[in-house]
Amino acid sequence: MNTNPSILSIEGLSIAYDKDKLAVKDVTATIKKNAITAIMGPSGCGKTTLLRAINRMHELYPNISTQGKIKLYDENIYDMSTIKLRRKVGMVFQRPNPFPTLSIYENVIAGYKLNGINLKRSERDEIVETSLKNVALWEEVKNSLHKKGNFLSGGQQQRLCIARTLAFKPDVILLDEPTSALDPIATAKIEDLLVDLKKDYTIVLVTHNMSQAARISDNAMYMYLGELIEYDETTQMFTNPKHASTQNYITGRFG
Amino acid sequence: MRQLEQELASLRHDVIDMWKLVISQVSNSGEAILSFDKELAQKVSMREKKVDAYELRIDNECENIIALHQPVAIDLRFVLAVLKINSNLERIADFAYGISRVLIANPTVILDAELIMNTNLRNMVEHVNKMLSQGLDAFENEQPELATAIFNEDFQVDEINKNAAHHFADYIQKNPDRAFDCLQLFSTFRRLERIGDHCSNIAEEIFFYIDAKVLKHSRKKKK
Repeated sequence: MNTNPSILSIEGLSIAYDKDKLAVKDVTATIKKNAITAIMGPSGCGKTTLLRAINRMHELYPNISTQGKIKLYDENIYDMSTIKLRRKVGMVFQRPNPFPTLSIYENVIAGYKLNGINLKRSERDEIVETSLKNVALWEEVKNSLHKKGNFLSGGQQQRLCIARTLAFKPDVILLDEPTSALDPIATAKIEDLLVDLKKDYTIVLVTHNMSQAARISDNAMYMYLGELIEYDETTQMFTNPKHASTQNYITGRFG
Repeated sequence: MRQLEQELASLRHDVIDMWKLVISQVSNSGEAILSFDKELAQKVSMREKKVDAYELRIDNECENIIALHQPVAIDLRFVLAVLKINSNLERIADFAYGISRVLIANPTVILDAELIMNTNLRNMVEHVNKMLSQGLDAFENEQPELATAIFNEDFQVDEINKNAAHHFADYIQKNPDRAFDCLQLFSTFRRLERIGDHCSNIAEEIFFYIDAKVLKHSRKKKK
């Protein structure tokens, strides 16, 4: 595994949606800082549940039970408030979801307003401009900041959602199949963006698209039926995986 | 896409660096034999491992690019061509090393200057040096037409090698006590002839990469 320091430590994590069915079984792994980690696996393998557990979004489901630990740096995420956690660990979803009633400007700064954080106008302007520049959207929208985002294309909307996440300067960005609803050109732009962002952020990405995982991730996890089967540098995973199950999946013989 | 472009550019850069090293190795080994320069031969011998290291690295880079980026069209042809060019360059360097070993492994060998002149060794060395440089030029500038000349140069090299055999046979008959030294010199011709063949192989790969033309086993390329 590459020599970047670790930022997230997952220790013996098990999650069940109801008491008889484990969605994630005893997963232990560390996520490297300033790297892109892809989580792959067939449908129902637990990858999205694992991703959501990293900022405790999975707790929105009723009757969910969790065992084990996740630490951000050395702090157990279950010992911190979800508000504090979700500022440090942001999430971007599969379908772009800019807030429909808010303008582009208001969308970027929404997190601050929702958390009751008052900022000076100049501070807000700076955050909006910086965040939109970081996602290469500023030039496209700088003259339309006070319009609602619904005129933007799917790819632009997704970049707006990433900008909204970046506005809080998180440590980690979680992305759940962020390009599966986008066309190939928009997908390529998001992928280039993620590769650019990793120098300042840690990125964890769930993807069904193995080629995407191969193209942009530094490290890759393969999950099956809730278990972490293999976790290695992406280059190693795609040239010489250690497990037959991993090889069957990435060669398309299964899944 | 940018990731792939960066990796292809890095691969290209490494191939060009390796190529320049191999050109130097072949040139130096030829000059070492012509000038009976054991020190220059030693230099070639010591740098052989560097070429091997390049070969391993380039093979690894190609494997990773194919596995991670699944290149298509010209990018795929480029990587496939580089895999073969890499292998051919490494074999050429092996032959250069073999030529240098003639002086190092046989410290008492004496190479007859008149025989060297009659067999046209200098001309043969110049031809293979030229072939390697032409190949690099064609590859760097992505102009396969620059590689066309290599096929004719290879024909010249084959002719010199064929004619040399008669001279060597004649010499050994007249000077049986010099047979061993003569055979050392003859091995140099054999190696240079093989270098020429590998240069032709490289030229074929350049045509494949840029024009998607398969010239392998084609008689048309040779006049």
